Amino acid sequence: MIRLILPPHLRTLAHVGGDVELDVTGPVTQRSVLDALEARYPMLRGTIRDHVTLQRRAFLRFFACEEDLSHESPDAPLPEAVASGKEPFIVIGAIAGG
Amino acid sequence: MSKVRVLVGTRKGAFVLTADGKREKWDVSGPHFAGWEIYHVKGSPADPNRLYVSQSSGWFGQVIQRSDDGGKTWHQPGTPPGEPLPQWPAKASNKFVYDTSAETGKPLTTHQFYDGTQHPWEFKRVWHLEPSLKDPNTVYAGVEDAAIFESTDGGESWKELPGLRGHGTGPKWQPGAGGMCLHTIILDPSNPQRMFIAISAAGAFRTDDGGKTWKPINRGLRSQFMPDQDAEVGHCVHHVAMNPKRPGVLFMQKHWDVMRSDDAGDNWKEISGNLPTDFGFAIDVHAHEPETIYVVPIKSDGEHFVPDGKLRVFRSRTGGNEWEALTKGLPQSNCYVNVLRDAMAVDSLDKCGVYFGTSGGQVYVSADAGDSWAPIVRDLPAVLSVEVQTLT
Repeated sequence: MIRLILPPHLRTLAHVGGDVELDVTGPVTQRSVLDALEARYPMLRGTIRDHVTLQRRAFLRFFACEEDLSHESPDAPLPEAVASGKEPFIVIGAIAGG
Repeated sequence: MSKVRVLVGTRKGAFVLTADGKREKWDVSGPHFAGWEIYHVKGSPADPNRLYVSQSSGWFGQVIQRSDDGGKTWHQPGTPPGEPLPQWPAKASNKFVYDTSAETGKPLTTHQFYDGTQHPWEFKRVWHLEPSLKDPNTVYAGVEDAAIFESTDGGESWKELPGLRGHGTGPKWQPGAGGMCLHTIILDPSNPQRMFIAISAAGAFRTDDGGKTWKPINRGLRSQFMPDQDAEVGHCVHHVAMNPKRPGVLFMQKHWDVMRSDDAGDNWKEISGNLPTDFGFAIDVHAHEPETIYVVPIKSDGEHFVPDGKLRVFRSRTGGNEWEALTKGLPQSNCYVNVLRDAMAVDSLDKCGVYFGTSGGQVYVSADAGDSWAPIVRDLPAVLSVEVQTLT
């Protein structure tokens, strides 16, 4: 079970109150986590990454385990602590979103 | 008993203001979509409870919201919250992808940038949503970078009408201060195949075949910021208004100059007359008197606020050239607000109500066609758009 923390505006869009928990099949990467998130909450498609290119939106960052993973490959494995659910994968707006 | 519903888009959310036909006591609902920029909210003429919203953010991009109950509840079309969907939905209500198909002729890939170089088209946001006059599920979106999209499924999916960018003049279009936006869409009630749009800074265009092909309608416009001042395209048209009962007559607030056309945009003539300045954004037409028009002059393109610290609506009852200042109830000292292009609207009650919102967060109403004004609200976030629905 992956734990994911969304910024407040995206929680509102997804109608969730707190952290999101997701089952991810296969390797746990940025791409697989975001694929699972958007499958569960399709109203978030286009708000974190571009619809067509699937590139991260410029003003969003991805943090985990006290590291900025925003510029890592979307197919690179996320830290084991994220894959095991011990640590959350955090989507955050640059400067906390405004 | 008639009532009115005023739909207000602001820099930090949407508000819905309602009153009975007297337009004196108001209920205020909102902020809806708090914290997001709401460029436009508009109701369907075919189903007044159907509302469409353009919600956007520099961080999270574009979102479309819809209400089917007059603003009581909202949802993103086609994407309900809750359990996982059985399959990945093919549609997305916020997916605006420019047409690149071969059959559209010559999809354009570049326009002129601020420095004169060519720049690729990049979707940024929806500026204006124009629901069909007949079908609540059909709605048009004017977007930045400038293009027009159509949805025929209630906003669940969007398709560009590529004939506009395929016109071939795209490399001469350029962004204004607010970006290169298609901000005005007018549907002709007498001719379902005819539609008018306007772009900053390209000019006005018209289709007579339901959006397949478009022609620039800018003859008579002059713009000092262009090397060829009366070129076919490139003009910074700020807004265009039409009285639906007389669809061949159009009124335009250009960057500078107030203009009118009596032949559906084929030719324009200036009607600025005695206005204190002919720069401005908003323009609208009285619902019952097609020669009565309203503008809010703004000091200049370098100083986006009303001149002399006075908030004045100017009304012409002669179709232009002769203007009177309407000041009763409006601040006449130390006022330095702006009124943006989509932030003025008229209702269809008798007497005609006129509404506008300011960059200072005030929304004013006149229930007597402009003779006197009162604030509905004074302290909203900066107002981006104002629309009104007359409900019976």
